[in-house]
Amino acid sequence: MASATLLGLLALSMFVFFFILILVGYPVAFSFAGTAVIFTILGIALGAFNPNLLKLLPSRWFGSMNNFTLLAIIFFVFMGAVFEKSGLAEQLLTTIGIVLGPLRGGLALTVVIVGTLLAAATGVVAATVIVMGLMSLPIMVKYKYDHQLATGAIISSGTLAQLLPPSLVLVVLSDQVGISVGDLFMGALIPGLILAGMYGLYVLVVAWLKPEKAPALPPEARTYQGWGLVRRVMVAVVPPLILIFAVLGSIFFGFATPTEAGAVGAFGAVVLTAMNRNLTWDLIKKAARSTANITSLVLMILFASTYFSIVFDGLGGQEYVKSLLTNLPGGYWGFIIIANIAIFLLGINLEFIEISFIAMPLLVPAARELGVDLVWFSVMMAINLNMAFISPPVGFSLFYLQSVAPPEVKTIDIHKGAIPFMVLQGVGLIIVMLIPETVTWLVNLSAH
Amino acid sequence: MATIAEKYVKSIDGLTEWLGWLSQMLTILVVFIGFMNVVLRYTGFMIGVRLTSNMIIELQWYLYALVFIFSFPYILKHDINVRVDFLYGQWPKRRQVWLDFIGNFFFLIPFLILGSYIAWPAILQSWGVRPDGSWGAMEWSPDPSGLPRAPIKSMIIFGFFTLLLQSFSEQIKYWWYLRNKVSEEILQEKEHEEPLRIE
Repeated sequence: MASATLLGLLALSMFVFFFILILVGYPVAFSFAGTAVIFTILGIALGAFNPNLLKLLPSRWFGSMNNFTLLAIIFFVFMGAVFEKSGLAEQLLTTIGIVLGPLRGGLALTVVIVGTLLAAATGVVAATVIVMGLMSLPIMVKYKYDHQLATGAIISSGTLAQLLPPSLVLVVLSDQVGISVGDLFMGALIPGLILAGMYGLYVLVVAWLKPEKAPALPPEARTYQGWGLVRRVMVAVVPPLILIFAVLGSIFFGFATPTEAGAVGAFGAVVLTAMNRNLTWDLIKKAARSTANITSLVLMILFASTYFSIVFDGLGGQEYVKSLLTNLPGGYWGFIIIANIAIFLLGINLEFIEISFIAMPLLVPAARELGVDLVWFSVMMAINLNMAFISPPVGFSLFYLQSVAPPEVKTIDIHKGAIPFMVLQGVGLIIVMLIPETVTWLVNLSAH
Repeated sequence: MATIAEKYVKSIDGLTEWLGWLSQMLTILVVFIGFMNVVLRYTGFMIGVRLTSNMIIELQWYLYALVFIFSFPYILKHDINVRVDFLYGQWPKRRQVWLDFIGNFFFLIPFLILGSYIAWPAILQSWGVRPDGSWGAMEWSPDPSGLPRAPIKSMIIFGFFTLLLQSFSEQIKYWWYLRNKVSEEILQEKEHEEPLRIE
């Protein structure tokens, strides 16, 4: 007998079951799959689940195989892997560091700028945080930077990689929400730059008010000067900049789809590496290996979560959550605020991948019904994930930095250092929430 | 004297490594073809001749599908997974292995069998099998000069099947470890690079 209470109870316990599995550390993909199998059997036994619904599954799976948007994952991940493994990222960091080092707070500002640039080139947070942590933290420690300011700058600007296009998070989000990835890329650009701008400003203000926290480099630390420095900038900074602008620009002006732009970016990163005489077969193979791993992992989770959501939907879970969310007190804004808080809280403990696959499909039907602009909504969710990512004590970026920080940098400093930047992210989120044009203006302007 | 189980583990692990290698090479190929596609499309656009064909465009989809399907068993073997590890990470190795052993037995393996069972009719249909058992035409891409659909759709079953083979191999290795027959090293050849994080 499939009474409404039984259905609601089953759908709810499906979620509880899934969460228990992932909390004890069973892989997310198999937790989705396993929960779905158990509740298929339970649902059929109790007469609550119509097994004919499973016939939808193969065509959904074929759909993910022939998906032009998801194809972009391969290209963007490959591009990022080449950037990381070829030393292009390190060159950017050292060169801009030499240019800005003599300024008060210059090294921290370098981290913010390079973090933003790398974010626009890789879309993978771990890589950005680790590269910058390895390269710039020891230098800032050596020149007596305040540890909290130094680590906060690295963590927050490295984490921009998931917000600024082309990011893996945005590709997956767009697929789950059902919006064009080009639109989401354009929508996330200005909010990402607002955050980056605030980080840079914050660093400069601290350096101005408390010079001892962010001293200028002494002249003898500048290895390049005059024309040598200009040449260095032309070689190390300009080519990656051109590539980044070419990729983003071609999407913006509608010359190319994000997938095509990704293909060009991936190839371009290889060409840049060759121009730096760093290109080896081993490097290409390593980049290809991590690309294949990440793509395969994302698709395995997608296959499993598709099955999960068909069962969840079949048990009436989707409908139940939607009616719950659309009947919140406060209507439209009540929903927006609850959704933001929920994603932030989930994001502290889970990775974006769980969030995009679990929470977004639940929120989106309600958002659509309430007439929420889905691009704007997705960008807000991405900013939330950004905050969750650096929130002490369990934000992932903190762990990445801890794993490479020199011993004299204390964990508590890394945690405390993140807090001012979280506040800035909160301000950014409120700006985007109150002024949706920060997202929609560029989307409407671009040639889509 | 190798037992049957040892022979099985050795040959399946070998197959998985080979598929993983294939997937790695196809990744390089797909980047190249993706780039060529763009070049051809825009050069063709400028000189007013259509240089690309649906075949090349669909080829890159197919290759992308093969990349992730061929890596399915590889990422299981190398334990490349997203886990929430604030409990798991603190546990002794033995308890971690128990969790994966039991989990794979009750969740992963049934999923792969059930998933293949669900996909099977749709794949047969794509090869042209009609509900009454007679054979019709194989499914092709709806676009001119497109590729046949049936082979690539069948790869889902191939992916599930190779993943199933590899999961049996993992179960055997877990069992050996839990019975103290082998040391930890055999369990997973982790990637020698930095741990994989996908954010």
